[in-house]
Amino acid sequence: MVSPLHAKLARDLWRIKGQALAIMLVIGIGVALQVMMTGFVASLSQTRDAYYERHQFAQIFAPVARAPEYVVNQLREIPGVGAVQSRISGMALIDIPTRDIPVSAQILSLPTHGMRHLNEIRLTAGRKPEAGKSAEIVLLDSFATAHNIVPGDQIKVTLNGARRTFDVVGTAQSPEFIYYAAPGEMIPDDARFGVIWIGRPALAAALDLEGAFNEALLTLLRGAVEEAVLEEVDRVLAPYGAPGAYGLDDHPSDRFLSEEIAGLEISATNVPPVFMLVAAFLLYIVTSRTIQSEREEIGLMKAFGYTDREVSGHYVQLVVIIALAGALFGCLLGVVLGRITVPVYTTYYKLPFLLFRLELSSFTSGILTSVFVATLGGAFALRRVFKLMPAEAMRPAAPPDFSKAGNVGSNMMRLLDQPSRMVVRRLFRQPWRMLGAVAGIGAGMALSLSMLIIYEGFDTVLDRTFNVIDRSDAAVSFTHSAPIKTLLELERLPGVTQAEPVRNVAVVLRNGRRSHAGAVTGLSPDAELYRALDTNVAPIRLPDKGIVLSKPLANLLQVGIGDPVLVDIREGSQLAVTTRVAGIAESLIGSPAYMDLAALNRLMTEPQRVSGAYIAIKDGAEAQVYAALKDMPIVAGVSLRREAVQAFEEVMNQGAGFSRFVMGFMAFAITFGIIYNVARVAQDERARDLASLRVMGFFRGETAFVLLGELGVVTLVALPLGVFLGSGLTNLIAAGFSTDLYQIPVVYAPKAYGIAVAVVVGAAMASGWLVWRDLGRSDITLALKTRE
Amino acid sequence: MADLGERTLDKAFVMRGLTKTYGEGRTAVHALRGVDLEIGRGEIDVLLGPSGSGKSTFLNILGGLDTATSGEAWFGDQCLTEMNDRQLTLYRRNHVGFVFQFYNLMPSLTARENVELVTEIAESPMEADEALHLVGLGKRLDHFPAQLSGGEQQRVAIARAVAKQPDVLFCDEPTGALDSTTGRAVLRVLQDVNERLGTTVLIITHAAATAAMADRVIHFADGAIREVVINEKRLAAEEIEW
Repeated sequence: MVSPLHAKLARDLWRIKGQALAIMLVIGIGVALQVMMTGFVASLSQTRDAYYERHQFAQIFAPVARAPEYVVNQLREIPGVGAVQSRISGMALIDIPTRDIPVSAQILSLPTHGMRHLNEIRLTAGRKPEAGKSAEIVLLDSFATAHNIVPGDQIKVTLNGARRTFDVVGTAQSPEFIYYAAPGEMIPDDARFGVIWIGRPALAAALDLEGAFNEALLTLLRGAVEEAVLEEVDRVLAPYGAPGAYGLDDHPSDRFLSEEIAGLEISATNVPPVFMLVAAFLLYIVTSRTIQSEREEIGLMKAFGYTDREVSGHYVQLVVIIALAGALFGCLLGVVLGRITVPVYTTYYKLPFLLFRLELSSFTSGILTSVFVATLGGAFALRRVFKLMPAEAMRPAAPPDFSKAGNVGSNMMRLLDQPSRMVVRRLFRQPWRMLGAVAGIGAGMALSLSMLIIYEGFDTVLDRTFNVIDRSDAAVSFTHSAPIKTLLELERLPGVTQAEPVRNVAVVLRNGRRSHAGAVTGLSPDAELYRALDTNVAPIRLPDKGIVLSKPLANLLQVGIGDPVLVDIREGSQLAVTTRVAGIAESLIGSPAYMDLAALNRLMTEPQRVSGAYIAIKDGAEAQVYAALKDMPIVAGVSLRREAVQAFEEVMNQGAGFSRFVMGFMAFAITFGIIYNVARVAQDERARDLASLRVMGFFRGETAFVLLGELGVVTLVALPLGVFLGSGLTNLIAAGFSTDLYQIPVVYAPKAYGIAVAVVVGAAMASGWLVWRDLGRSDITLALKTRE
Repeated sequence: MADLGERTLDKAFVMRGLTKTYGEGRTAVHALRGVDLEIGRGEIDVLLGPSGSGKSTFLNILGGLDTATSGEAWFGDQCLTEMNDRQLTLYRRNHVGFVFQFYNLMPSLTARENVELVTEIAESPMEADEALHLVGLGKRLDHFPAQLSGGEQQRVAIARAVAKQPDVLFCDEPTGALDSTTGRAVLRVLQDVNERLGTTVLIITHAAATAAMADRVIHFADGAIREVVINEKRLAAEEIEW
């Protein structure tokens, strides 16, 4: 048999269904995010670990200009080193018939057939090249798919200046290329960067590296200290022109994936609690309102002999049912969202498989947290149940005392009419409560505002990177450093209007124990197509002495203008030179360092050399220029700004960046939920006052003023708070989104503020309208009969 | 209908065949089953009857708080049963005062401000202070409801109702929450208002003794008027046996 209390519970829930649903949604979203994110952390990291292990992914990568094969044995002797394997790596250009410009590709040697080796590829179709067949290659699966290339097809490849035709015998994935982008770019584009695997003898012959290698792969023994091994590897390879070995942390593919996992982990711990706090706040409001309106029933239950515990239990059940329903909905939603999001990940992270894993612990923790938080919110409200004596509860409540609040600004009050005084006094009578509402709305607005500012940030990254810093139409990279006069050849190509030199040199920048392995970019001091910008986005004229560091790099090295930095050159001259920081540059992608081209060449003791060029092309002449570039043996790759912009936009709008829209929508929904609850509770509490006003002959609009005036004031006060909190929250979220690979700038764009204010005011107006509509529906005589 | 309108000018209210039904079909509740009644200007009428007899519904329709299902109710030459929400609001604003069992004061306003709430919007109100003096609260003008006793709160409610100088005062159990002494004082005030301002007063009550102060006593039962008793002599409020 259903007990009367249970029947009451069901009816109570039905009565507050709107609010209950809103709270369930908030809890549900919080739990869903947690389930989804922890699920992805587990899925991605377990898949990654298994993939690395099964395919023997190396832990140390040691590029070198050219080292004889026997050096491998020296590497093997380094304490802590497990397996060592040498290979040959180079750059190539693939000629795709349907494309104007050739596509750059990395070409890697495969060891002799049958040998178990490091960085083992995973064939997705076809087979590996057969021993002795130098024309057989394996292509990276995603690249082959992007160009509809299948085993059996032939492709033309320019390798070390010579063009040859190869037979594609297989396609493959590799743990090395889970995430990859064309050199110098951050955003992956399957079509624009390829990887070719070929038998080692064939590649050695093509690159003149017979009996030698230009990259060593190493694994570490358990307990080995990576730092120490890296130092030893550098020492062994130093005589052979090594730019410096690096560990997994600096491997581009692993770094992106690991950053993603770490970001998810942080979000999974930080984001759901925000939702839970909002839910607790809303539950507190609803429970306290319910208890207030049920004083009489509570008194009656107590009078019948129900204990405090039983009475509280009844209301706790109400709260727990909402929380449980929300949490279960959240678990379900989390799984669905997780399943939906898998393809987004597999688009950018080329894993052999990715199953969304259900973490049972995230279910239980999600449910337990929800119930705990809800009970906490309810418990605050329930304290009143214990205080209430039955007799007292069954008497009508005395009118709330306004005598203290009534003294506030009594001179100013004379200027106001009575309805306005009612609004003002209520605000002052329970300032904490009002401040709670203000804080709630402010928090909702802060969430919306920060998401909007982050949107602007993404746009700014795009604008700064492609309209302000890089204004070229294409970046051309050379196969090796070339005399500066090569630029003249480029300039002479019909359709090219401008060509500016660039030289990228691999370096390790050091300040004491802090170091960063990267590159220095040498540019003309008066460059126009590609410029270093200062933090005010004005172009920096590169000085003829010193180095200009990007802000993230300066932060990493903890140096400022005038401080010395050790530039450890890892190619050519191999010198280590101390220079001073001459400026700090703004950079949103990567951590670049800039020098005057001539100054950089002096450091290298290689005057008048360049490694590539930025070019501007006359409108309509693109095809002609690309065709010409295709035929220049010195050209290793061409990267088009237009395509880079497109790839970036795609990622931001469809891929990983899509989550910002989801987050934005949730922020708006929460903002509305909070405001609506504040309005609804105010309406409930004042039903009798409002009905009295109607009886006295106030029109519906005049009556609504008393209620909505309060909401209006609370909203108005919340706006500056929202702006303040939002600006702070944005910095936190931007820092969370940013990695040392790219930064999300915090741009306090007026547009974002305008929209955030509109969202809050709009939500207040919509809530106001809903309340106003209900005022018209409610029976005014009924409200007068019931007593508070 | 115009004929009826002209014939009602000397009466405060004229009702013909007034019915009110809540709900439909088998669950329908017939709160009023065809009421015919005329109420003279300046009368004090007391409405008696058990719970559910229809007296509150009757008062709500006359007060412009509810609409009738059928029939007519005239206030002077205005037909209440044909008014829309806005017209009913104006009718309440300009002609009607209400006093309820639970006072329904605005807790955030002082006694004077509660009265001013009405005088600010009425057509020809008296001063708020004057209304409060009328109910004997001249010295508690700046007190908030929480600082007043139940009887005082009810007197503020009456001051608020009469301050607009209404044509009619509707009182639903005005003494229901008060002890006998305070209750008598409140009735005294109602009588004063009637005598001084010529206001028509309709009082719903369970306290049959109150009937002694009325011009007429209207007995309700099962949604209809069972009997109308005319008092030969009205007792003063303080003479009423509680």
